[in-house]
Amino acid sequence: MRSIFRSSSSKWWFWVLVCLSLSLLVADRYWSGMSQVRSWLTVFTAPLQWVVDVPNQVWSAADRTLANREQLQQDNDRLRTQVLFLERQVQKMASTTAENIRLRELLNASQRLDERVLLADLIGVNPDPFQHQIVLNKGSNDNVYVGQAVLDAGGIMGQVVEVGPYTSRVLLITDAAHAIPVQVNRNGLRAIAFGEGVPGVLSLEHVPDTADIAKGDLLISSGLGGRFPYGYPVGEVTEVIHDPGEPFALVKVKPSAQLDRSRHVLLLFPSPQPLVDPAAVPAEGADAQAGSVPAPASNAAANAGTSTPQKPAATAAPAPSPDARKQDNKPKPAAGNAHTSAATPAAKKVATP
Amino acid sequence: MRQGPKGGWLILLSLLLAFMLSAIPLPEMLQWGRPEWVAMALIYWVMALPERVGVKTAWICGLLLDLLQSSPLGANAIGLTVVAYLTTLLHQRLRNFPLIQQSFVVLMLIGILQMVRHWLQQWQGGAAESLIFMLPSLISALLWPWWFVVHRDLRRIFVS
Repeated sequence: MRSIFRSSSSKWWFWVLVCLSLSLLVADRYWSGMSQVRSWLTVFTAPLQWVVDVPNQVWSAADRTLANREQLQQDNDRLRTQVLFLERQVQKMASTTAENIRLRELLNASQRLDERVLLADLIGVNPDPFQHQIVLNKGSNDNVYVGQAVLDAGGIMGQVVEVGPYTSRVLLITDAAHAIPVQVNRNGLRAIAFGEGVPGVLSLEHVPDTADIAKGDLLISSGLGGRFPYGYPVGEVTEVIHDPGEPFALVKVKPSAQLDRSRHVLLLFPSPQPLVDPAAVPAEGADAQAGSVPAPASNAAANAGTSTPQKPAATAAPAPSPDARKQDNKPKPAAGNAHTSAATPAAKKVATP
Repeated sequence: MRQGPKGGWLILLSLLLAFMLSAIPLPEMLQWGRPEWVAMALIYWVMALPERVGVKTAWICGLLLDLLQSSPLGANAIGLTVVAYLTTLLHQRLRNFPLIQQSFVVLMLIGILQMVRHWLQQWQGGAAESLIFMLPSLISALLWPWWFVVHRDLRRIFVS
């Protein structure tokens, strides 16, 4: 008797749950509010991701504790040398940046803005091989927002697509659903790099056969589209095939970020601060952002340009004050758009002569 | 999930382990062959204790899996619900099958799960170019005898 009752109740539940899942699927597809629901629900999966990551952390902790003295010293020496090299580059960069700003003043172009960063750790990888996504240990509590650019030491990794309170999900540039506007660093030729769903490969679409692009060219983000800031490395051209049967050249690109290896990544916050003068008043920065009108922007640039050139602000400061972050979180779309609209014509001007 | 009088922790532990195994990052080569651990755990528990683990548990597990894989919300839920329901219908026969035959049923059940999920994925705009996405069902079926024996022995010690 009991078993008959159970089987009929499980049949009832089966149909209820199937209908419920179907309505969830439809809602997920057609109602944008579902992304909010999803980000709340990630609270339940976040602990699981932490637990899965524990062996990894134990391993790296053990690796650190059990490392012998010689190895540590070697590491230390290597890192010191590296720091020296990097510092030399930064020294040169200060003067180059100042020079750049002066040249931009001559061109009457608006000033480029620097970004601030937040360090995050990778705690998970999407187990579904159809999707190239990673999970980071920072979420909306750290002011991470959807659409934010994610970098590693080599270049752009992807963008944030889903933010929970404690974790966030990043779509990598190699995912089949991802595209990023790029330009060739050598000559400023613009293109769009599509992910192909194959790890370690991007492809450029609609590049004419006559375009000046060659194997070994570095591609940087062009800043068009307003998602990714200008000037970060995206990849290196590995192959250019001119097939007479195809309307466009076939260009393959290898991402410069280590998409399958990086454990520490950087989240970029577009900052209202100009590249050189870290003490610029926020009002000025706002002017510069609002201005596709050149006058106030060039004013701001002139003000900043007259001050002594310093090291670029905050590229190495991982944790800026939280209220400042909140502040520039809100005007983000405007900042992104103005940034690109202001930056791109200038880039063209520099590139053409 | 209705908590039974005894051994509910073992069911939870087994499901948790299954979730962990399905979230662990794998190298590129192995990623396509990752067994459907959660479905395997559910099939076992529905078969062994159908009055305690059923479609509702399966649905919740499916939702969690959807969140974990960021697949369309409900894709895994519907698949696992179907699998759990079929298993409740089959459980008495399934218990009497030899392990090899059980493996074939598992192959079929997980194959159904993957077909359902793939259809839904296609509806959302991503399609596979080959049938390699069915590989996990084969691997799950190959691993089933060991999975079953370990679970049965643990259940005999702790649950009943």
